[in-house]
Amino acid sequence: MPTFSLPSVLAAHIGGIRSVATTGTTVDGAIDALVDQYPQLAPRLRDAAGAPYPFVTFYLNDEDVRLVGGFAAAVSDGDEVTIVPAVAGG
Amino acid sequence: MTATTITAAASTRPSAPVPLAPLPLACDACGRTAGATPQAICPDCLGPLEPVYDPNRRLPSREEIARRPRSLWRYHEWLPFQGEPVHALDVGWTPLVESPALAAQLGVARLWLKLDAHSFPTLSFKDRVVTTAINAAEAFGLDVIGCASTGNLANAVAAAAARAGKPAWIFVPHDLELGKLVATAVFAPTLVRVRGTYDDVNRLCAQVADRFGWGMVNVNLRAYYGEGSKTMAFEIAEQLGWRLPTAVVTPMAGGSLVTKLRKGFSEARDAGLVSGDLPRQYGAQADGCAPIVRLAERGDEILVPEIPQTIARSLAIGNPADGLSASRILRNSGGAGQRVSDTELVAAIRLLARTTGLFAETAGGVTMAATLRLAAAGHFRPSDEVVVCLTGHGLKTIEPVQDTLLDTPTIEPRIREVAALVANRTA
Repeated sequence: MPTFSLPSVLAAHIGGIRSVATTGTTVDGAIDALVDQYPQLAPRLRDAAGAPYPFVTFYLNDEDVRLVGGFAAAVSDGDEVTIVPAVAGG
Repeated sequence: MTATTITAAASTRPSAPVPLAPLPLACDACGRTAGATPQAICPDCLGPLEPVYDPNRRLPSREEIARRPRSLWRYHEWLPFQGEPVHALDVGWTPLVESPALAAQLGVARLWLKLDAHSFPTLSFKDRVVTTAINAAEAFGLDVIGCASTGNLANAVAAAAARAGKPAWIFVPHDLELGKLVATAVFAPTLVRVRGTYDDVNRLCAQVADRFGWGMVNVNLRAYYGEGSKTMAFEIAEQLGWRLPTAVVTPMAGGSLVTKLRKGFSEARDAGLVSGDLPRQYGAQADGCAPIVRLAERGDEILVPEIPQTIARSLAIGNPADGLSASRILRNSGGAGQRVSDTELVAAIRLLARTTGLFAETAGGVTMAATLRLAAAGHFRPSDEVVVCLTGHGLKTIEPVQDTLLDTPTIEPRIREVAALVANRTA
């Protein structure tokens, strides 16, 4: 099962938990499972249209998911989805 | 007999008469206030935090500013602090040099080059942002500073940390230009070369800031760091005699220089220091990494990240944090984005050198080449007064112009060999 790694700014919304194991066969499906468990994260992960929330970037095993298929990218056991605040750098 | 002592300009104030206090922050997206904090992300909506200035604060007149030392602190009312800065008091006030030759070539009334390539101390505009960031770090009691960098910021952070006596952790793509690496390592920070692109480094540094709580200048200190860029706008306006140019061309990496120049020009006008229309803004990127230009070309609101493939390494950010904001400013100001090939940027470095005596790094080549393209495409008017921002020095990126040595003769120290060369050259 894929595991989410959360930044502290998101972890603060779920009692400081930084790592969450979920189910799902795509990034989108894994996010569904994550927000089923922690609904308070939902508006901070996807916008109203279901697209990636603009202030976070999702990485699938260190690759920006937008470069490897987006939310439709397949995930499996051992995969790590890292969420990083988007406003950094440059 | 009178002894004359020459001392270096003070970089660090021994004691601050009024303690330095960073301004409070508020979320640019949702408006939530966050206080003064070494965090750049809204804890609620994760939007960017920005400093909140007192709208009723006393602002200086042109004459009052003119009497102040020639550093970026002459505009301190627009920088995100109360009290006196303690580090990097001598940064800013870079030359603005007019080039009638380039103006004629572009078909505009006047053209100036804003030379942050000659910034003190590390020859790029990143000295400005590091100046505000290191003062914020000091005020927050952050002993370790650091950054993710494409090179110029690494130089600036390493130098600022050395001058302030702070340890620094600097993360860069492993294969940066030699000049950028050496001009960082010489200051003895912990320089970490990361296998990957800048975007990989940036993601890592977001996690580093989260884990270790260091003062990563362009991550968790970003709200204070970015404001330093505004001083370039104030300097341009003051150096033009408190006038605004009609067009400004800048390089774009993360895109924040575009947004902060806009903010700076707006604040100068709001303060009554200048009047008239804000300049049209044009942004330049290399074809091999142009996510902001392509976003502006499409005219939509969705930035598509790219994997950089260009020799303009200082602009090689495929996932620019301020890309959307910069794209909006380019379009809404009446300007545009322009991308150029690596071949064009090298030619533009050489053109700048031949026509102005100035040596710009690859980002400057991109900016100059884009300016030529914009002129050819009719973006400029004969009455335009254009400022082209050259943000880094060519000595940092000599690799693309090394072939200028190919035509260099090597001779024995004999006059007849010189005579032969002269005869050959004048034949």
